[in-house]
Amino acid sequence: MTSKTVSIAITGAGGAGVMTAGQMLLDAAAKAGLYGLMTRSSGPQIRGGEAAAFIRLSSDPIDCPDDYFDVLFCFDWMNVDRFAAELPLRTDSVIIGDEAAKNPPEMITASVARQVMVPLSEAAKEIEGGRPNMIGLGMLGELAGVPLDALQAILEKVLKRKGQAALDASIAGVEKGMQVATDLESKIGIDLHLERKENQQTRWSLTGNEAAGMGALRGGVRFCAAYPITPATEVLEWLAPNLEKVGGTLVQAEDELASVNMIIGGSFGGVPSITATAGPGLALMTEALGLAVSAEIPIVVIDVMRGGPSTGIPTKSEQSDLNIALHGLHGDAPHIVTAAQSISDCLFTTQWTVHLAEALQTAGIVLSDQSLGQSRNIIDKPADLAFVAKREVVEAGVEDYKRYALSDSGVSPMAIPGTPGGEYVADGLETAENARPSSSAEDHYAQLDKRQRKLSQFDYGQHWAEIEGEGELAVVTFGSVTAPVREAIQRLESEGQKIKMISMRLLSPALPDKMDEALVGVKKLLVVEQTHSKQFYRYLRSEFDLPKDTTVLAKPGPLPFRPGEIVNTLKELG
Amino acid sequence: MDQVLQQKPLTFKDYKSDYKPVWCPGCGDFSVLAAITKALAELQIPREDCAVVSGIGCSSRIPAYTSVYGIHAIHGRALAAATGLKVARPELTVIATGGDGDGFSIGGNHFLHACRRNVDMTYVVMDNEVYGMTKGQASPTTASDWEGSKLTPHGTGVSPFNPLSIALSAGASFVARGFAGDPNGSAKLIAQAMQHKGFSFVQILSPCVTFRPEQTEWKKIVRKGEIEGGHSLAQAMSFLATDDGFATGILYETQRPVYAPEMSEKQGLADIEASFEL
Ligand SMILES: Cc1ncc(C[n+]2csc(CCOP(=O)(O)OP(=O)(O)O)c2C)c(N)n1
Ligand code: SF4
Repeated sequence: MTSKTVSIAITGAGGAGVMTAGQMLLDAAAKAGLYGLMTRSSGPQIRGGEAAAFIRLSSDPIDCPDDYFDVLFCFDWMNVDRFAAELPLRTDSVIIGDEAAKNPPEMITASVARQVMVPLSEAAKEIEGGRPNMIGLGMLGELAGVPLDALQAILEKVLKRKGQAALDASIAGVEKGMQVATDLESKIGIDLHLERKENQQTRWSLTGNEAAGMGALRGGVRFCAAYPITPATEVLEWLAPNLEKVGGTLVQAEDELASVNMIIGGSFGGVPSITATAGPGLALMTEALGLAVSAEIPIVVIDVMRGGPSTGIPTKSEQSDLNIALHGLHGDAPHIVTAAQSISDCLFTTQWTVHLAEALQTAGIVLSDQSLGQSRNIIDKPADLAFVAKREVVEAGVEDYKRYALSDSGVSPMAIPGTPGGEYVADGLETAENARPSSSAEDHYAQLDKRQRKLSQFDYGQHWAEIEGEGELAVVTFGSVTAPVREAIQRLESEGQKIKMISMRLLSPALPDKMDEALVGVKKLLVVEQTHSKQFYRYLRSEFDLPKDTTVLAKPGPLPFRPGEIVNTLKELG
Repeated sequence: MDQVLQQKPLTFKDYKSDYKPVWCPGCGDFSVLAAITKALAELQIPREDCAVVSGIGCSSRIPAYTSVYGIHAIHGRALAAATGLKVARPELTVIATGGDGDGFSIGGNHFLHACRRNVDMTYVVMDNEVYGMTKGQASPTTASDWEGSKLTPHGTGVSPFNPLSIALSAGASFVARGFAGDPNGSAKLIAQAMQHKGFSFVQILSPCVTFRPEQTEWKKIVRKGEIEGGHSLAQAMSFLATDDGFATGILYETQRPVYAPEMSEKQGLADIEASFEL
């Protein structure tokens, strides 16, 4: 974004109210007409312990972190060092601490940023039932230009159940904090106020995991079976009550093997079905994904990627499940792999993938990741999309039904249990057209061809990728890396450089013709991905013709890509 | 107006497909197929409203030989697929089938949880105490001193899995044992199991004549209808304490809440979407 944005980090011990303050600031900003993004970080403990909320606010939609934080707000110094790598600061950043908190650690004292101590606990004590985090919320609101009425509205909403006294104390705390911040602004001469554009569209506040759940519902999913795993669990926690509202259901399965096979059962029954998992769970599901492909039973698996291999860094982001999503299935098993590009795109991409899986009667894997799934974004309410589950089915009374008929499109109408005359057995064994198991070479070729053909021939329209800008220099990327790439390109554009962005949403099947078209006129290419072994680049090289002059910027998790590092690489390329 | 024709009742043959089984001649699974189709005929289940779901193994070939809907899924996962189907489509009659390897080894975890979950479906396991399809390895129900497998030439040295007692411990609400050599008795057990509301488990001793030829003797050993179970868990457990594995009949039947999520639309998508607004 070339418009002004403000990045704020809030840290503190468990119980300090870091997340509450962060979330309230974000929501109030949205109420006041701003946009924003909040990601969370915490230490290795399950509950309690130190925590950090990273917030970026802006006048325009924003969906990736900035290079630096403008403000680091510390309620106390509890293990703040642990976040050091996640907290880039610069000379004009401000570290705000509590006067009452003794002895700032090295990380703070050695920082290049300006440091000011304010009477947080003091001020809180002056208010009956006052809490330092409300003083902090008021201060941060004032600094970013979020007005009192917006903060008040959020407090009323959140504290409704806690009673009038709690609400009054919080409002008094916020007012006090705003006053402290006003003094501070004049004292150290900072102005981080954001311009607020009034009267815009309805805004939503949601995480990528919630967005994916909503995409599934919009797409027509009515059955889910799943086993919890970080960072995918919230997809399931969101779906459980919401599926129920629309007449669907969620089963908590005994493991991932069960969950994926359960959704195969549900979908065989005619009900669009989904599950969500992360790397280790996806590994367990690959055998069943092959069954879905072979028996042509549509299912969708949302894989919220985290640091791997093995248990890796389960609370942080990475894109390194790409290989297993593309290649993990045994045999020749063409299937759909898509990648969500932003928190709001988790909704679109999931909905679209449900549509594709149903239309093509195959398995679809939606790649999301921790940074999308567990971050909260303020977005404009997405438009209603026409993509819903539309499975080709046979009507009652078919004669001589051939479940796996070799149709031109490769899609053969499916009989749903309850349909007289359509009785057949869905099989993981290779079959003849009539669904009878067959080990003949002829049937195997024909069915392999058919399953590949239906995917290759399908018209995916323009959704296969987001293509933006023009230029002889282009960047190819996918998933959550899209936002920092886009911002890097926009920054360079404002300096007069022209760069094209191709962010792939459909990773498999590969559409080399579309890529050729997108690469017309491109002389130099940069591939950006969040893996260590350049999984995406290797995949691109295996499927597409890339310009000779192709460079890779691959960086594993857990630190997020920041636009600046992509800007630097692009500048080097010229 | 056309006269509505009086539909003739379906016979067990109507539930068979015209596909010829790949089983070895004399395999017990032929009789189990007959028993399942007879049970379906007895209950007159419309063919389109029934599905047979299996994993992988000789016994798991059953779905293709029936003329109802079916899933021949992957090894060990029949119960999971069957559960998904039944929960998503509660009005269907769902039968899961397979072997002792499929159900108790690779699928062991699903067996425990299917017993606990009590979804209204029937699980028929053709127990031949061997992996038939992979040519004769020990299964969880194989006696520890069986030396017939190249993989365990000195026997498994591991005490066998007792499917009935594990089903009881895991909370199954209907537990029975039948014998392939008694297709009518097995058909009756399966029909009773299907009528039971909740998860019903029927172990059927089904000889593998190829890799356990000694099992042809089972017809001399099996004692039909001799299980003394009933409605008391204590009684069923105590029966198993002295059971030699060759008595048949219903061991235990009780009523427990059936896992059946209510599925009715209470709200539209727009209401859910409104919750994202601030
Ligand atoms: C994941 C996986 N592992 C192993 C196999 C090989 N396999 C096929 S059937 C089978 C055992 C079948 O034994 P059982 O379930 O007792 O059935 P039976 O053939 O005796 O009827 C095995 C190990 C497989 N198909 N899939
Ligand atoms: S190998 Fe055994 S179980 Fe398999 S078909 Fe032959 S007799 Fe039956």
